[in-house]
Amino acid sequence: MNDNTGWWARLRRTGIFWPLVALSLVFLFNLIFSPQFFRLEIKDGHLFGSLVDVLNRGSPLMLVAIGMTAVIATAGVDLSVGAVIAISAATVTVLIGSVTGESQTPMWIAILAALGASLLAGAWNGLLVSRARIQPMVATLVLMVAGRGIAQLITNGQIITIYYEPFFFIGGGYLLGLPFPVFIVAGVFAFAWFMTRRTAIGLFIESVGTNASSSFHSGINEKNIKLVIYAFCGLCAGFAGLIISSNLKSADANNAGLQIELDGILAVVIGGTLMSGGRFSLAGSILGALLVQSVSTTIYSLGVPPEVVQVVKAVVVLTVVLLYSDVVKNGLDKLSQRQGVPS
Amino acid sequence: MQTNELLVMQGIHKTFPGVHALAAVDFTLRAGEIHALMGENGAGKSTLIKVLTGVEHHDAGHILLNGSEINAKSPHHAQSLGISTVYQEVNLCTNLSVAENILLGREPRRAGSIDWGAMNARARELLTWLDVDVDVRRSVGEYPVAVQQMVAISRALDIDAKVLILDEPTSSLTTLETEKLFAVLRRLKEQGIGIIFITHFLNQVYAVADRITVLRNGKLVGTYDAKALPRYQLVELMIGRELEELEDLGGLKKHFEPAPGQAPVLEAKNLGQVGTLEPLNIKLYAGEVLGMAGLLGSGRTETANLLFGVDDADSGTLAVGGKVEPNPGPLASIQRGLGYCPEDRKADGVVGALTVRENIVLALQASRGWFNYLDPRKQTEIANKMIQMLQISTPGPEQLMKNLSGGNQQKVILARWLATEPDVLILDEPTRGIDVGTKAEIQKLVLSLANEGKGCIFISSELDEVLRTSHRVMIMRDRKLVAELQGEDMNEQSIMEAIAGTGVSTEDTAAAAPQHAVAAGSAR
Ligand SMILES: Nc1ncnc2c1ncn2[C@@H]1O[C@H](COP(=O)(O)OP(=O)(O)OP(=O)(O)O)[C@@H](O)[C@H]1O
Ligand SMILES: [Mg+2]
Repeated sequence: MNDNTGWWARLRRTGIFWPLVALSLVFLFNLIFSPQFFRLEIKDGHLFGSLVDVLNRGSPLMLVAIGMTAVIATAGVDLSVGAVIAISAATVTVLIGSVTGESQTPMWIAILAALGASLLAGAWNGLLVSRARIQPMVATLVLMVAGRGIAQLITNGQIITIYYEPFFFIGGGYLLGLPFPVFIVAGVFAFAWFMTRRTAIGLFIESVGTNASSSFHSGINEKNIKLVIYAFCGLCAGFAGLIISSNLKSADANNAGLQIELDGILAVVIGGTLMSGGRFSLAGSILGALLVQSVSTTIYSLGVPPEVVQVVKAVVVLTVVLLYSDVVKNGLDKLSQRQGVPS
Repeated sequence: MQTNELLVMQGIHKTFPGVHALAAVDFTLRAGEIHALMGENGAGKSTLIKVLTGVEHHDAGHILLNGSEINAKSPHHAQSLGISTVYQEVNLCTNLSVAENILLGREPRRAGSIDWGAMNARARELLTWLDVDVDVRRSVGEYPVAVQQMVAISRALDIDAKVLILDEPTSSLTTLETEKLFAVLRRLKEQGIGIIFITHFLNQVYAVADRITVLRNGKLVGTYDAKALPRYQLVELMIGRELEELEDLGGLKKHFEPAPGQAPVLEAKNLGQVGTLEPLNIKLYAGEVLGMAGLLGSGRTETANLLFGVDDADSGTLAVGGKVEPNPGPLASIQRGLGYCPEDRKADGVVGALTVRENIVLALQASRGWFNYLDPRKQTEIANKMIQMLQISTPGPEQLMKNLSGGNQQKVILARWLATEPDVLILDEPTRGIDVGTKAEIQKLVLSLANEGKGCIFISSELDEVLRTSHRVMIMRDRKLVAELQGEDMNEQSIMEAIAGTGVSTEDTAAAAPQHAVAAGSAR
């Protein structure tokens, strides 16, 4: 009985316990096999090292994971985030243009336009799901396929390269010694957290995701909740698109954000949100995204040949997901009870 | 050991975090007996069944079937041991056909593939035992809860069982359907099958049970011969209070007459929907409880759905507090002072993954909107108040809804609507699955709400409950309002006649001119 009240048990019950365990395992692996993973340096007042790299490279994924968390919590899924990234990237680059040293449109307008386009794309998904009652997977598949075509139309089928320096700050700049994308993630996360935990929206999302009919009977406007959430997910992908295009100094409609939806879903699942909807954890998803990114970074830093990378990733994923299964959890519970884990 | 002891459970313990659901419970079932398991909501009845059938696993104790120890690992395992169960929460695949649901996992096969003809025939045969007439090829979700319950029962009957367990099988059945079920049970009993039967209806217990085991707060109170245990004593054993004390409404039910010139708080004019409900007129006054009686499928729930805006009416108007709003939808309805406790608790009420607190404040928060967030402390306060008022058995407001017993979930849904402090409360079978003690409490609650000046529409399949609480009764038949009774004319006999359509006078007027009959009824 003591086990149920100790700090250990309390931590075990919080949503972020398992993602934390999984992330620690990856770090432990690195500690043993490639200790340089943890080396941090300060060069020109900027922090460098693999850990910073994980944060930096992982920013688009973390952004996608935030939006995806909300969508999955409503018992949906968004397969189109990669395509929306491409749309966002295409929009911003076209507006800035390929002229050395200057921008054809004021940069803030270009950015707002890209974010606006992403928001609209998300809202389109939301309309299909909430008003036309199309299954989320099918509804977002439409944009997943069509979105890259739209991005191509925007860029006229070309890979546009930009030379406008200030734009590079978004993906490559530093603020207070940390990469700027980290601040974008922090901002979006804070916004999402506030909106879901300090207003009723979080309660409504979880209610709709658990039982849509009960929610409807209780007066929750389930359709508008879904519309807003899909739009928000699009917006998150839009931010990711800005970072990616700024990093690459170009927009590639075919490859920007390719397959990021899968990593995004993975991050959410690792973070402890069920695919069936209901309870969600934004912090868990961030940890999940960091885990996915750390695994990639680790594998690459070990010099594993690219063709093996996917396999290694799959093994890691399998391990983590197994840790989540009730069977394994109950087994662990019994173990820790028998051994009287500190309480 | 007596020779006919079919099933023996000894010293069963089961704890959940914060709840000691079963403490040293002993239970024996004889072959060829119907054994009622009784107790308040949350007493541990369903948990005992779940432990027996492998849904949950007991922490300590022994279970013997025919003298040898068993330990069911899963419901499927229990089935193969000869224990067939209908669980409290009907668990059917709503998108599969009736026949598939009944024979799932045991489909008759021919040359390796499912023999659909044989399967449908077998399903039809099982359903005729219970006199249920449905198209076995249609999906289960298309039928109302009562039919679903019958389907679940047929499924259990098909299994060649030694022990048959029914956890509140009759909660959504009418008297007629219950009688049919009982006839089948008696036949099975003759064949030497042991039957465990859980219900909150005392008269049903006395109608079929040979013995009664009473649980209270997870502890065994005792096992008694049904014949030797008078009703009042059973109630005392279950809840520790006397029946009379319970049933005494304490003068709460006052004579009701709308004041001269008093406008109705809710008025439906010609409200209807093609195919589901013929246009009807309803007037409800503040301070009045309006009962609604009728058979299943008579249009009671459809009426409630139209009043609350769950469905859109295609004719007529609905005024609340004198204001008409076309097709308001639930949110607008809440905002104009309506509350609606729907019939199908599991599908339309419970939000299982959320806490009791969140379930209670859900409708209130919905009416406040997205950004006017109720302070969590305030939420807890409301939840605690409701838990106390309705005596909801839970370790606290942060317990997950899905962990509550069936009856306690029902109380939470009721609490959700009380929390919105509605002017008009529409209750569709609000006491389903609720124990005798709380049932009386809820009836008192409804009456005191009326005394505070609220209007209430009370839908129930239990006539005596309707009679006890209502000032006036509307009777529905075949998706029509066929009569309205009040005062002296309102008694069990007259209501039954109106429901069945045998009362000559009602029948004639209703058939000739339903509108007129209604108007005549409401001309006070
Ligand atoms: N999975 C669970 N987790 C935590 N508590 C549980 C769980 N299942 C049941 N309980 C608790 O165990 C107690 C007994 O519940 P049970 O469902 O057996 O009651 P019951 O006698 O069937 O009541 P009812 O008449 O309302 O159906 C209740 O207090 C309930 O909250
Ligand atoms: Mg129960």
